[in-house]
Amino acid sequence: MNEVKVIEIKKSVFAENEKDADALRVELKNKGVCLLNLMSAPGSGKTTTLIQLINRIKDKIRVSVMEADIDSDVDAVKIKETTGVPSIQLHTGGMCHLDAEMTRQGLDNLDLEETDLVILENVGNLVCPAEFDTGATCNAMILSVPEGDDKPLKYPLMFTVCDLVIINKTDVMPYFDFDIERCKRYIHQRNPNATVIPVSAKTGEGIEALAEWLRGKLSC
Amino acid sequence: MHELGIVFYIIRDVKAVAAENHVEHVSTVVMDIGGVSTVVPHLLTDCWRWAADKEELLKGCELKCNIIPAVTWCDDCKQEYETVKHGKTCPHCHSGNTWLLRGNEVEIREIQVKELRC
Repeated sequence: MNEVKVIEIKKSVFAENEKDADALRVELKNKGVCLLNLMSAPGSGKTTTLIQLINRIKDKIRVSVMEADIDSDVDAVKIKETTGVPSIQLHTGGMCHLDAEMTRQGLDNLDLEETDLVILENVGNLVCPAEFDTGATCNAMILSVPEGDDKPLKYPLMFTVCDLVIINKTDVMPYFDFDIERCKRYIHQRNPNATVIPVSAKTGEGIEALAEWLRGKLSC
Repeated sequence: MHELGIVFYIIRDVKAVAAENHVEHVSTVVMDIGGVSTVVPHLLTDCWRWAADKEELLKGCELKCNIIPAVTWCDDCKQEYETVKHGKTCPHCHSGNTWLLRGNEVEIREIQVKELRC
């Protein structure tokens, strides 16, 4: 006769990843390395913003970049060619996000002794990367003007987990119905502690403010 | 799309529990999925079928999703309300000072193992 035995588990499936992420954060802190996890939708200007930012800070801060994508190495090559900083490409094997274990594998390929700041350019996606803690010291996201000012309402978790929201492509603001004050209000409804910095990666406007925010993070 | 990643996490956790309990085959895994957890149950079960059948331990094992309705608490009028219907704004007093009480769960509740008894 068949009997069914029940084994109770009652455990969040994210618990193990959160443990890995916390351990990674401690390790990085001990090594004096800051890991910035940068997220956004595809096409918001993550790579262009990074190039502007890195070229502004690289004289004083030793930066490395990890590019995560489903396929190709166009971003890693572009970063290396335009900034000269070490840049590696991670492939997620079809997955829409990186978790702490994948981030650790990427970090193993960088010389952390010679690095102050690692920027992880996560897979372009406003949903999944917010669900998985990468072990980053801080989380940032880019919202670009053409995407619309209502995105904090539509993708609340992304805006909840980010310490910094960069509003990019401010140079095209006159052509879109994007209300920056309304957008800030929506962001702060979700996350009262989020810092919001408007930039234009194309004209360079706001990049210094972004660099200043990052210097503040590195000094603590 | 993150359902596949979540399925890999479930498989990893179930394998660990099975090894601890000397289980050779699991017949059912029961999940608690919150209504606003961003996990789509039918995508989760689709990904599960594909990935679980590759494991001896989980061949043919069914994944059952128990949905937990999302409930939000209003700090101003001290009442609960249905999150999916009203979102962040309290329908009783229109305050935005509200917090999700439950509905964000992605939990493995239990596994079931068929035992042969004489």
